[in-house]
Parts: sequence; structure tokens; C-alpha cells
Amino acid sequence: MIEPILLSLKVALIAVAIVAVLATLLARVLARRTFAGKNLLESCIILPMVLPPTVLGYGLLILLGKRGLLGRLLLDWFDWQIVFTWWAAIIAAAVVSFPLMYQSAKAAFASVDASLEQAARTLGSNEGRVFLRVTLPLAYPGLLAGLVLSFARALGEFGATLMVAGNIPGKTQTIPLAIYFAVETGDNILARNLVLVITGLSIAALFWLNLWSRKKIEIWQQGGDSNAQRIHS
Amino acid sequence: MLNASIRKELPAFAIDIDLQFDNGILVLFGPSGSGKSTILNCLAGLRKPSGGRITLGERIFFCQQQGINVPARSRRIGYVFQDYALFPHMTVKDNVLFGLPPGPHRCKKKRGYRMSVRETLDTLKIIHLQDRYPAQLSGGERQRVALARALMVEPELLLLDEPLSALDNQIRQTLQQELKQLQRTWQIPFVLVTHCPHELEALADQVIYLEAGRPNLQPTWQQPLTESGVQTVSV
Repeated sequence: MIEPILLSLKVALIAVAIVAVLATLLARVLARRTFAGKNLLESCIILPMVLPPTVLGYGLLILLGKRGLLGRLLLDWFDWQIVFTWWAAIIAAAVVSFPLMYQSAKAAFASVDASLEQAARTLGSNEGRVFLRVTLPLAYPGLLAGLVLSFARALGEFGATLMVAGNIPGKTQTIPLAIYFAVETGDNILARNLVLVITGLSIAALFWLNLWSRKKIEIWQQGGDSNAQRIHS
Repeated sequence: MLNASIRKELPAFAIDIDLQFDNGILVLFGPSGSGKSTILNCLAGLRKPSGGRITLGERIFFCQQQGINVPARSRRIGYVFQDYALFPHMTVKDNVLFGLPPGPHRCKKKRGYRMSVRETLDTLKIIHLQDRYPAQLSGGERQRVALARALMVEPELLLLDEPLSALDNQIRQTLQQELKQLQRTWQIPFVLVTHCPHELEALADQVIYLEAGRPNLQPTWQQPLTESGVQTVSV
């Protein structure tokens, strides 16, 4: 029972690490820009959230499979077959959790007052410092929410993972797959235990997020809504 | 000496203005949406004019012909934003020190600044606030912090966008006096944008009446004098 749990955590953590960097950067780049086709591009970014996982799995197979567009190149150049390895599980988890991270990051960056970034610029900061000292700390609660949501989504990925990574115990069999095949083979105790584990993990992540982001924000906002403190000058 | 001619097309009209100004407080006075803030943003380097030339002393900030556009971070122009734009996640102290080069010893005297950090905070009477967050400050205090933050880097020009519009009348009058004093102490040109006739009267050494992006010798526009200082959003 421990194998699928460790594998799931490993896959979800690596997928979220990749997604966190890529989706955050993409959201930052697109947040303050308008251009023709932006709407279409964003629709495509969000698409994995609404498509059935089997459609994504099929798409990934076409892309990464032995005769796939990218899969063939990887096989020819590096002799590396990616489907039915745990890398395929990571890619499947990353693809389905990407829109969640992107949406959260986009909302988080949009909530940062642009005049704060402008102020930092007039105070001599280059774009890197503006991002690290102003944008990122202010967008942080939203980014954290995105992280937790995409982690939970990556942890629960089933359909696309099954199609591109298969169900190889110890290699690609994550918790959701293990549950499915445990029920299939009538091993109800294993299924029940895994269900409890994944539910516990998800609840812990969400609970921690709620607790922590609230604390973080309270520090800046204390007194912000109390008019009593504002009267003296 | 600030020398600027700015042209910039906006959706509703085009800005076309020439400024020559040395020392004191120059007030750009006009109704909301007359392009006042856009002019400030062009001076600060936050927006790019479509034509013209901006120089301060020997330094060229923008020149369309030579293709020069110095980014805001290199202009050393102080900017006090309309809503002060204080960083909400930093204490007053961190806000004020934001523009100074990072390092453990931010001793300004050694770097050849005119005023130490302490002197600047003292002048603006905010030294006792240094560990608070902006959300814990009154409007007047926020304004002083924003001024201190902008002045800390010792700019050669200070831009103020409706600096007093969010304050109530009593604090406003005190701060008007202080602002005037501050200019006399620092001896750099202040360019101040307002739509409030009181401020114009109290502060201006020189005034430009703006209407739809162009200077107007005879101000045809007058805002009814409001005591409450209703805040209006301008372009």
C-alpha cells in the first residue's frame, strides 16, 4: 500500500514544481499585456480543465507515443521512450493541473495594484526587483492557493495517467489507479485505506492553506479596517 | 531646469504641452481627464510620449529625434502617487528605504547624500511610525511616508499627483504649508497636479491651466469649490 502513496506524492510534487514555475511565469507575462489572440491563447491554456482526461490522455499519446510527434524525436535522439514511465505520469499530472495554477496566478497578479509596481520603478528598481520585492510578495496568497489546488488536482489525476503511463505497480501506479484496480479485483480493504489516505492528504492541504494564507494577510491588514486608528494624525 | 515638450495621443484628445521650469512649485491645473496624470507619467518615464523632448539640467530623459527614452528607474525623479502607492506588505521603514541601494549599512551621509535617513524622517515627522504598516496609518501620515520615500533617493525633480485630494480639509491645510516648506528646503522643482483651486492658490509658484491636453491662458473651466475634497479619478 505504501508504494502507490509514495509514487503519488513524488509525481504530484514534481508536477506541481514544474507547473508552478511555468504557469506563474506565463501568467505574469500575460497579466499586463493585451494583444490580438490573447483570448484564444488563454482559452487553450484553460482547456485541459474542462476536457475529459481521456481526451488529454489521447492527445498526449499522439504527442509522446512511440510514433508521436515528440515521442519519435525523443526515441531517435536520446533512445528514451517516455510513455509508460513515471515521467509520463508527471506530464499527465502537470497538464491537468496547469490551468488551475495559471488561473490562480493570473488572478493573483491582477489583484496587485499596478501603481505599486510603478512606484518601485520610480524608486530605481529594475524589472527583476519589482517582481521579487513587490509583485511576488503581494500576489503570494493567491499563488499559494494555486499551488495547493494544483497539487490536489495532480494527486487525483486518473484518466490521462492511465492512458499514457499505464498501471504498472511500483512504477506508474499512483493512488487513484491503485484504488480503481483494487476495487476491480475485489480488494476492498486496500481500496478503503487508499481512499482514506488521499482524502486525508487533500483535506490537510486545503486546511493548511486556509489557515496559513489568512495569517499572512492579517499581518498587513491589521488596523486597516478600524477607523479608530486612523483619526489621530 | 526642467525643459519638456510632450506630445501624446490619447483616445479622446492629444496632449501637446511645453514646460520650462526652474525651481519652486509648478501646478498643472485642470479638470479630471485633461491629461494631467499622463503628463506626469511621461515626465517620470512610466509612459512614453509619442513625440517631443524632456530634459532636466544637462540630462536628456526623452528625445524622439535621437531615439532616447531613459527608463523610469534611471531618471531619479520622485513620484508621489495619488493614492500614495505605499507597499502594503512593508513597514514604514522598509517603504522609506526601498529606493536606497540595498546593503546592511545604508548610511546616506557616506554616499554623499544631503540628508541622512534620520533627518529625512525627522523633517517629515514620521520617525515614530517606522515599524507600522501602511494600513495602520492615517491619510496624512501615509502622505508623509510617500513623500519621505520619494525624497529619500534625493531626486532632482518631484512629481505629485493630487497629493492632498484624499485628505480632509484640516490636515490638507497643514500639509499644504509643509509641502511648500519642503520645496524651499530641498530646492528642487516640484510639479504638482490638482483640480482643486485651494491647492492652486496655496501652493503654486507657477501655474499651467490645462484643458484637453493643451495649456490654456484663460482658464475657462472652474470646479465648484467643495469643502469635502471629493476625490475624482483623472486619466
